[in-house]
Amino acid sequence: MMSAPTLLGICAAVLIGCGMYGFIVNPQTLRKILAFNVVGSGVFLLFGAIARRGAGAGFGGDPVPQALLITGIVVAFSATALAVALLVRLHDVAGSVSLASDPPSEPESDAGST
Amino acid sequence: MIDLVTAGIAALILALAIWTVAARDTLAAVIGFVTFGLMLTLAWVRLVGVDVALTEAAIGGGLTGALMIGAASRLRPLETAAEAERPRGMVRLLAAVMAAGVSIALIICVLALPNPAPTLAPDTAANMNATGVLNPITAVLLAFRAMDTLLEAIVLVFALIGVWSLAPDRAWGGRPGLRQHADPNGILAYIARVLPPIGIIVGTYIFWIGADLPGGKFQGATIVAAMWLLVIMAGLADAPPISRTWLRVGLVAGPLVFIAIGAYGAVAAEAFLAYPAGFAKPLIIVIELALMPTLALILGLLVIGAPLRAEKS
Repeated sequence: MMSAPTLLGICAAVLIGCGMYGFIVNPQTLRKILAFNVVGSGVFLLFGAIARRGAGAGFGGDPVPQALLITGIVVAFSATALAVALLVRLHDVAGSVSLASDPPSEPESDAGST
Repeated sequence: MIDLVTAGIAALILALAIWTVAARDTLAAVIGFVTFGLMLTLAWVRLVGVDVALTEAAIGGGLTGALMIGAASRLRPLETAAEAERPRGMVRLLAAVMAAGVSIALIICVLALPNPAPTLAPDTAANMNATGVLNPITAVLLAFRAMDTLLEAIVLVFALIGVWSLAPDRAWGGRPGLRQHADPNGILAYIARVLPPIGIIVGTYIFWIGADLPGGKFQGATIVAAMWLLVIMAGLADAPPISRTWLRVGLVAGPLVFIAIGAYGAVAAEAFLAYPAGFAKPLIIVIELALMPTLALILGLLVIGAPLRAEKS
């Protein structure tokens, strides 16, 4: 017997792993932000599954974690907006958003130093 | 026995997450992410968190999606350059092993959760009468955990200050984002004329019923902000210059009212953010009314981004 909270809790655990893999492997910075949001959604869903298990007193879920989730989603959005703004500014200033230690867009840098 | 609907939703969520992570094209990944947010909304409904579902649909899927699509289209020329930096097989293998390890550890934790689960639901139910609101989420957000909500509103203001501070010097005080051009007779301009009156009513309704039913200021403010963004994106109105006094007053009015009522609680009741007996509901309504326009302004401006154009005087 697998209940909805358990099933979605497992789904959330896989989401977190999936997002972490994308965060490490994707070279594009925007994709890293996107993958980080997948991790965040997984954490929220896991917390939501735990909230659902705390149902009682006539409520479908524990209202305290559910309210904290709403706060969390809004704060995650504001952090994402700041990250994207940093990225767009980096693009405007440097013309590249590469995180590589020796970006190909700087051929004038000293070839000998590493 | 497995609940088939929930299993189907979980499978779709996982498939969309994999697409978001693995798709070659960034714009395709972003669109996958928006759909992922909408599917998550269904998962929230399955978890009987309708308030969270509304927030996820409006902010997790909608606003984050709009933000990401804007950034993806601006960064599109760099798409091919980044492809060369994709890590080698060994790094990817290690990343996959680590990610799988984290997932497996979490799955073990999920299966080992205590039964019966610890819960604050009975405490919430027992104390909700004192607040006068009927939606337990609103009672938690604005009475039991009001400090979290206050700090969250302040975090939003700080995030916007952070975004604005990325403006080039010449554009400081000017208008955020790029000037939007759309065909004034096109479908976008048409929708931007027809939809906002409906959207504003829906947003205000969701805000107002938040006291008693699922809804509230965050969800309502997001819908109002989305209507504002639609009008801006259709070129019917321009974003206001960030040096405007009314704008800056609007951005801090919500948190300031919240802090003022909190300080009043320190005098009239026994603690900061405590409400005097019998006045909880009117004070909660005042806080929500003050926060709603502030949240709508901040959420909209966070999507638009840093000022890029000097104000023409």
